[in-house]
Amino acid sequence: MKIKEVVNLLNAKIVSGEYLLDTEAEFVFASDLMSDVLTIEKDNLMLITGLANLQTIRTSEMSDINKIIFVRKKKATDEMIQLAVENDIILIECDYSMFKTAGILYQSGLKPVY
Amino acid sequence: MHFEFNIEGGNFSKAGTASSQLKKILKQLNVDPKVIKRVVVALYEAEVNVVAHAYTGQIFIDIDTNKIEIKLVDEGPGIPNIELAMQQGYSTASPAVREMGFGAGMGLPNIKNNTDELHVASEVGKGTTVKMAIFLIS
Repeated sequence: MKIKEVVNLLNAKIVSGEYLLDTEAEFVFASDLMSDVLTIEKDNLMLITGLANLQTIRTSEMSDINKIIFVRKKKATDEMIQLAVENDIILIECDYSMFKTAGILYQSGLKPVY
Repeated sequence: MHFEFNIEGGNFSKAGTASSQLKKILKQLNVDPKVIKRVVVALYEAEVNVVAHAYTGQIFIDIDTNKIEIKLVDEGPGIPNIELAMQQGYSTASPAVREMGFGAGMGLPNIKNNTDELHVASEVGKGTTVKMAIFLIS
């Protein structure tokens, strides 16, 4: 599924990496705990999280995660967007809950890590 | 090749800058992306530990054709029981650290999972030294 379809399905807003809208998403992991995210070995992963701070972007950089969806109306700061741009990470802001976001994407065919 | 970085205890906005630098260096050296991920995840976990628990720290990195060796030396409270600290789920992290998405007692076990060698030495009231190595040729 392309990122632009993800954005449409979630009625969301892309705040970084607009030029990557045609990138494909396949696997998704949802967590607010960065310690958990750092244990995932899968590459090119999409992360759903309600944790919006600089360490969310840093964790994604180290874990080769290039797509982040912030749920529960959480917003990325300018500093987070800057770091995401430096690392070619797509940032999406979504007003839905984590459960609803994950449910929509799972139903649409995106795969869990385990 | 030898590199050194400083870590500021408590400064979460800078946590991960050394790991980020190392990732760029390893990419330039054409190191296998799977190895890069293991190295930077292990260093990032260790860097976050220093920021979360210590007052100040230094990172020493040596890269040769066979392996990457990393040593983190911090000045801080130290670890009273290393065996306990290595157990998944054991944590002494502050609420501030947990708010950043860490402090679940998974750092040291995850460093162990991502490295080929890991040694932790600590003196209570002085600080902790973490040495790790990842082999480039299996």
